[in-house]
Amino acid sequence: MPAVSKGDGMRGLAVFISDIRNCKSKEAEIKRINKELANIRSKFKGDKALDGYSKKKYVCKLLFIFLLGHDIDFGHMEAVNLLSSNKYTEKQIGYLFISVLVNSNSELIRLINNAIKNDLSSRNPTFMCLALHCIANVGSREMAEAFASEIPRILVAGDTMDSVKQSAALCLLRLYKTSPDLVLMGEWTSRVVHLLNDQHMGVVTAAISLITCLSQKNPDEFKTCVSLAVSRLSRIVSSASTDLQDYTYYFVPAPWLSCKLLRLLQCYPPPEDGAVKGRLVECLETILNKAQEPPKSKKVQHSNAKNAILFEAISLIIHYDSEPNLLVRACNQLGQFLQHRETNLRYLALESMCTLASSEFSHEAVKTHIETVINALKTERDVSVRQRAADLLYAMCDRSNAKQIVAEMLSYLETADYSIREEMVLKVAILAEKYAVDYSWYVDTILNLIRIAGDYVSEEVWYRVIQIVINRDDVQGYAAKTVFEALQAPACHENMVKVGGYILGEFGNLIAGDPRSSPLVQFNLLHSKFHLCSVPTRALLLSAYIKFINLFPETKATIQEVLRCDSQIRNSDVELQQRAVEYLKLSSIASTDVLATVLEEMPPFPERESSILAKLKKKKGPGAVSVTELEDGKRESGELNGSGERGQDAAAMAASNASTPSPSADLLGIRSAAPVNAAPASAGSLLVDVFSEVGPAAPSGAVNDDGFLRFVCKNNGVLFENQLLQIGIKSEYRQNLGRMYLFYGNKTSVQFASFSTTVSCPGELQNQLNVQSKPVEPLVEGGAQIQQVLNIECLTDFSDAPLLNIKFRYGGALQNLTLKLPVTINKFFQPTEMASQDFFQRWKQLSQPQQEAQKIFKANHSMDTEVIKAKLLGLGMALLDNVDPNPENYVCAGVVQTKSQQVGCLLRLEPNAQAQVPVPAAGLPSL
Amino acid sequence: MMRFLLLFSRQGRLRLQKWFTAMSERERKKIIREMTTMVLARPARTCNFLQWKDLKIVYKRYASLYFCLGVDDGENELLALEVIHRYVELLDKYFGNVCELDIIFNFEKAYFILDEFLMGGEIQETSKQIVNRAIESSDMLQETMEEYMSKPAF
Repeated sequence: MPAVSKGDGMRGLAVFISDIRNCKSKEAEIKRINKELANIRSKFKGDKALDGYSKKKYVCKLLFIFLLGHDIDFGHMEAVNLLSSNKYTEKQIGYLFISVLVNSNSELIRLINNAIKNDLSSRNPTFMCLALHCIANVGSREMAEAFASEIPRILVAGDTMDSVKQSAALCLLRLYKTSPDLVLMGEWTSRVVHLLNDQHMGVVTAAISLITCLSQKNPDEFKTCVSLAVSRLSRIVSSASTDLQDYTYYFVPAPWLSCKLLRLLQCYPPPEDGAVKGRLVECLETILNKAQEPPKSKKVQHSNAKNAILFEAISLIIHYDSEPNLLVRACNQLGQFLQHRETNLRYLALESMCTLASSEFSHEAVKTHIETVINALKTERDVSVRQRAADLLYAMCDRSNAKQIVAEMLSYLETADYSIREEMVLKVAILAEKYAVDYSWYVDTILNLIRIAGDYVSEEVWYRVIQIVINRDDVQGYAAKTVFEALQAPACHENMVKVGGYILGEFGNLIAGDPRSSPLVQFNLLHSKFHLCSVPTRALLLSAYIKFINLFPETKATIQEVLRCDSQIRNSDVELQQRAVEYLKLSSIASTDVLATVLEEMPPFPERESSILAKLKKKKGPGAVSVTELEDGKRESGELNGSGERGQDAAAMAASNASTPSPSADLLGIRSAAPVNAAPASAGSLLVDVFSEVGPAAPSGAVNDDGFLRFVCKNNGVLFENQLLQIGIKSEYRQNLGRMYLFYGNKTSVQFASFSTTVSCPGELQNQLNVQSKPVEPLVEGGAQIQQVLNIECLTDFSDAPLLNIKFRYGGALQNLTLKLPVTINKFFQPTEMASQDFFQRWKQLSQPQQEAQKIFKANHSMDTEVIKAKLLGLGMALLDNVDPNPENYVCAGVVQTKSQQVGCLLRLEPNAQAQVPVPAAGLPSL
Repeated sequence: MMRFLLLFSRQGRLRLQKWFTAMSERERKKIIREMTTMVLARPARTCNFLQWKDLKIVYKRYASLYFCLGVDDGENELLALEVIHRYVELLDKYFGNVCELDIIFNFEKAYFILDEFLMGGEIQETSKQIVNRAIESSDMLQETMEEYMSKPAF
């Protein structure tokens, strides 16, 4: 049974909602909805004209269905028709539908705009308000173009009703926010400011939001609002609780307006006029005094409203940062809240104190609450409050209390919520570095950090400790000793192994005198962790080992044996294998002098901004780390002498040493084979490119095809990446059709505006390949990723690739980027199995010159069977076993599927261990 | 400014959604999902504020319904809490002891009341009397119960 419906209830709607609620299952609900949709569709399409009531009812049902989470793709026209009804309730439902289901269909927007225009000029205040609401709800550019000049007129006209003024002010605000260029300042601006004096409190409340926004953007033009705001505020603050009638909220006079006034004042510096300033200080004092008065009501609404004003006043006091007396009073007030029984107030007090801590006048006063805050960190039940406590401890930390705070944060980390651990780790790392007086404390702290929360210690943190140890020779011995001890633990975190490997590799000699940490003991300790570590760590350890050979010649034999064993020198990971091979050769060929030069101790790192601070800023979003903190960070890191933006990859240390012009360059030889210049011509060249990974020059300099060739043999991966943007690809192909998902990731914390992409098929390609894409959202939020789907159809064979053009605004600058999309003919391969006899029979048939392509090229890498097999499979053909009499050869077969024809292809790859690889490939148009 | 207001039940069923800024349908659904899971997972008697991305989330439970308001970072949390409360009071005054069912069956009214109170993510009118008067005057053209019952039930 429907609940009692007031006003103009729609019985059919109520029955429908009941039906939906009575559905026992999701399926039943969907069935009922589909039935209703079919019914409404037939009503809308029927020849009988619907009366206004029915139209309203059906539009309302559609709205309900939409709000249940279903898509609605019709009914917009009927809703627009309702707008011009002269019945208020029908008009109202029409507007509601439009507001909720915004549609950028330009045809409709024109009709909607017409209806709005009529209502705005109707002089009927209720209709005008409906129209203004619709503009504010949709807020589209087209609407701004149509009404941005009209609304200011309505707002300041002498005969406009109060309710219309309120709507007009907020409607204008919305348009100003979405299309500031269309809202022109003019004669109306000064009159808007005077709305602060309006008799109607509702008008002032609505207008002040507009004035605040305008003042933020054009402070000079709106300067006069300061004195008006102060006098309005003073009148409210000094009024008795009953003076303002219905604008008094639970005995608090006009809390919303008061807060808005205090917020408006935060757009400006303290008033210069002494009288105005005096009056304002008086207001602020009154607000602080009232907080001490006994409550006029026990209701939480009373205290919330009162404290809302108090917090806003404190924000203004902090913003001015010039009244020591008020700042200290604010701090004391917040101190009381720190122990309040209301969780909300404790949360807000901690939050507010964070900003107070950065003022020189109140920093000391904030520090007196340290015990309470530490206690909050330990005992609060609510994780969001604990998070605030941690933030405040970070903000109040200075040289005098750093050791205490860092110790408390470390001990909290042991039980901290997973959601805030990473941030806590960064904070501890920053504080430890910033306030380190003796560096053994710093090293202890970071190693503790790794021990307690190793999983949350990001690369930046452990890079940083290494940079600092390298740059400060007074701490190197201590660091070596401490990591050696830390590594004794049977289970220690991989990050500890990384730091340990690096530091012992550099400074292990400083503790080698002690027989308990002799070179071999050190090596055995490190190597005992080797097998439990991931590939990057193992690579780092291998580098540490070669450094050991230089530091301690007596370990050479042991280490060479380790390098020589199969699990190293034949490791399936290319990086590990290469390191093992190179280091083994290096250690056996190079003389001690050469070795000492190549493996010299790392030079100090250049001085840069702390990478950890940068990471915290990124995590917190811009503005979260205050400027002072940043400057502090710089100053402090100056003392420290050193840091690195991205901390040079520690693992690459030895390798990078080796790659400086040094005798080792020729020892290894593998990389130095000159690439064959493969001319882009036939299908054969594609394959050559895959192996050589040297592509034909891009047709135009602007096209970026770095990522292109990597995708010939694979379908998923990162196509492109720079500082701002990352583009990932996932694609799948069936027959002659393909679907490609493009993922555009915004790597910055700032929004990309006007983001658009176009896919084009240049020249002949447009007749060969059909690519369809849906437009993407024009806004990509910072850190967000959006997805685009491309549908691809191969019409006939092709050799070019489609181009993807991306445009967006970052900051103010237009970014323009063109990439080759990795759609290549081999994507449409269908693998074909065939027996040896069939293969060679067909192979022989393909004897005409245009049916054959052969290429001989030098391998750019060592020829690993598995790698070659994987590449060939990635190419999309079937890899046929037991076909070629020579087992060294690879044989493949496949059919290229295009819309117009199918092309059978056979391939043979004959690797030659002497570094030449002939590739005869053949193709035949078949039936 | 306020970015959105969501009303959902303890079971996570959405009862009302109001968006004050332009957003794609996909983004909206994502936010709804995140808000319901995040807010419903909060234990009782924790604070009513959450930090989510660059927004402050202020929520409060009234009987079986959660009211969840997303506001800009600079906004006053306590006042946002009272925005929710005032809206509940307005609904209560209109429906007389409002319950979840009233909002389900009269969702369009819930929207109209909200529109009189807030606009474009800012407060338009805080006076309960004025908002109620506006809603009542728009109900003036209402039909009688007989008229209502005589209307087709489909």
